[in-house]
Amino acid sequence: MTLSGQTILEVSDITVSFDGFRALDELSFVMYDDKLTVVIGPNGAGKTTFLDVVTGRTRAQNGSVRFDGRDITGMADYRIARLGMARKFQAPSIFPDLSVFENLRVAASPTKSLWSGLTGRIDADLRSHIEQTAAAIGLQDRLPRKGGALSHGQRQWLEIGMVLASRPRLILLDEPIAGMTLEEIAHTDRLLREISRETPLLVIEHDMGFVRSIADRVCVFHQGRQLTEGSFDRVSNDPRVREIYLGEKAA
Amino acid sequence: MSASGNSLTLEAPASRIFPRLYKLGAFIGLLVALLLAPLVIPITPLGLLGQFLALAILAIGLDLIWGYTGILSLGQGVFFGLGGYLIAMHLKLQGLDPGELPDFMTWSGITSLPLVWQPLESFWLTLSLMFVAPGLLAFLFALVVFRSRIRGVYFAIITQALAVGVSTLFVDLQAYTGGSSGLTSFQTILGFSFYDNSTQIGLYEVTVVLLALTLAALWWLTRSHFGTLLRAIRDGENRMRFLGYNPVTYKAFVFGVAGVCAALAGALYVPQNGIIAPAMLGVVPSIEMVIWVAIGGRGTIIGALIGTLLVSYLKYYLSNAYADFWLYLIGALFIAVVLFLPDGLMGLGRRFARRGAAA
Repeated sequence: MTLSGQTILEVSDITVSFDGFRALDELSFVMYDDKLTVVIGPNGAGKTTFLDVVTGRTRAQNGSVRFDGRDITGMADYRIARLGMARKFQAPSIFPDLSVFENLRVAASPTKSLWSGLTGRIDADLRSHIEQTAAAIGLQDRLPRKGGALSHGQRQWLEIGMVLASRPRLILLDEPIAGMTLEEIAHTDRLLREISRETPLLVIEHDMGFVRSIADRVCVFHQGRQLTEGSFDRVSNDPRVREIYLGEKAA
Repeated sequence: MSASGNSLTLEAPASRIFPRLYKLGAFIGLLVALLLAPLVIPITPLGLLGQFLALAILAIGLDLIWGYTGILSLGQGVFFGLGGYLIAMHLKLQGLDPGELPDFMTWSGITSLPLVWQPLESFWLTLSLMFVAPGLLAFLFALVVFRSRIRGVYFAIITQALAVGVSTLFVDLQAYTGGSSGLTSFQTILGFSFYDNSTQIGLYEVTVVLLALTLAALWWLTRSHFGTLLRAIRDGENRMRFLGYNPVTYKAFVFGVAGVCAALAGALYVPQNGIIAPAMLGVVPSIEMVIWVAIGGRGTIIGALIGTLLVSYLKYYLSNAYADFWLYLIGALFIAVVLFLPDGLMGLGRRFARRGAAA
């Protein structure tokens, strides 16, 4: 895949309110496929709601979402996923009762309909794709083990592996290093840079050290809107950004 | 959940001690023994065994949806009843002279055979309807409910409401269904008299063959990639959606398969038992069906068969002697299994096998 700086995701004037509270307030956002983009913002800024809207989990009251040149506003979550939008949740959500191999296979199956589920056979291509993915996340020796038997960090990687195995057009990661040890964070850092060379990555993150390390471009959300965007240095020197973060600390 | 995840990791070597070939041998041995049973078992206990084996077909279907896919149905009696009523209606017509109506219809003032009864004069049409109608109904019911994102305990409550509704409907539509006393006093099936022992034995053998086919089919289904997808849906339905799967069609499909199993069980049970009544498709029998699977062990297929036979025999002998006591006993048994044996008898057996392997 060539990453040429084209728009991969474009969100226009999205509003979502829960019981009168505006989680997203006419939010507009653009992402280009060649820049690892990190969304930051204080708690309640609307970051996770934004992912929910983009992946079809939550419906917006108005506005539109375009993904890879296609209007996906209001489309069912599993259909959006079939277009190549892959999401990794904040808490590792793998299948504990399935082996590492089966976890990856469920994600890697090229078709996901009921019929293909009933008739699907594994071929050499699919097997080697699964084994390559397992090697990329460092779990090649753990293929027969149950997902539930992995450590917390390994579960996070397995979920990243499931995302990769599905051959996505765009990857969304919600706080990928939450709960990781320093060593695991360093490993994840390398892994994400490697992935972003081939697949566009959108990350939500709190850890500023980690954001500085991986981000090509940072977008700051505040009260359901995009406050500013740009390089890490530019954004971190923006007085408005300093104010909302310091303001939060002072409170 | 994480504790059971751990015990499952330990399970892998134990299952290698009993390889597939061994299991296949046990399956064929059991099948042959059951097929030859009429040579040694007298006709009355054989009839009883045939009925219980028919019920086991339903339980295996229930294990597919509950044990493997996490769908608890408290309304399987409905699909059992539909299969049972279809065959009973056919048998009722078999015992009549041309143009004659079942007695309860005459009492209700009906003068010609109702439209819904007409196709059931043909055995083969009855058989096809029995395979298609309840399964299709179960599929469509599940599709509508699951599409509304209703699941878990809420789904269980809706299936219970379905059982109440359908059993009440069958009582109310007395002119068409025979009301609360149901349909009984069948004379012949495909021209064979129910008073002949050979007819009873034939029904028994058909039951054994269909049970074996159901066992083999669902065993294959749950051990293929499809079974993996079902367990994934059971443990992480949302995750599956974000991987591009639509769990609704998968769940509705297996619910339909379980509906076919239940209807088949009903159609095999009723001719051997000699009666079907609305009470047999209500809430209480539906819950008892869940208890069969719980006691045998969820998610094992074979556990459903063991649980059904065990509880049915227990019920037969105990409820004759102590009718009131039975309901308390089954309730207590269910609570005991939930508290102390969450994986049922199969889980207990696995624990012993592991200890044996370790020693």
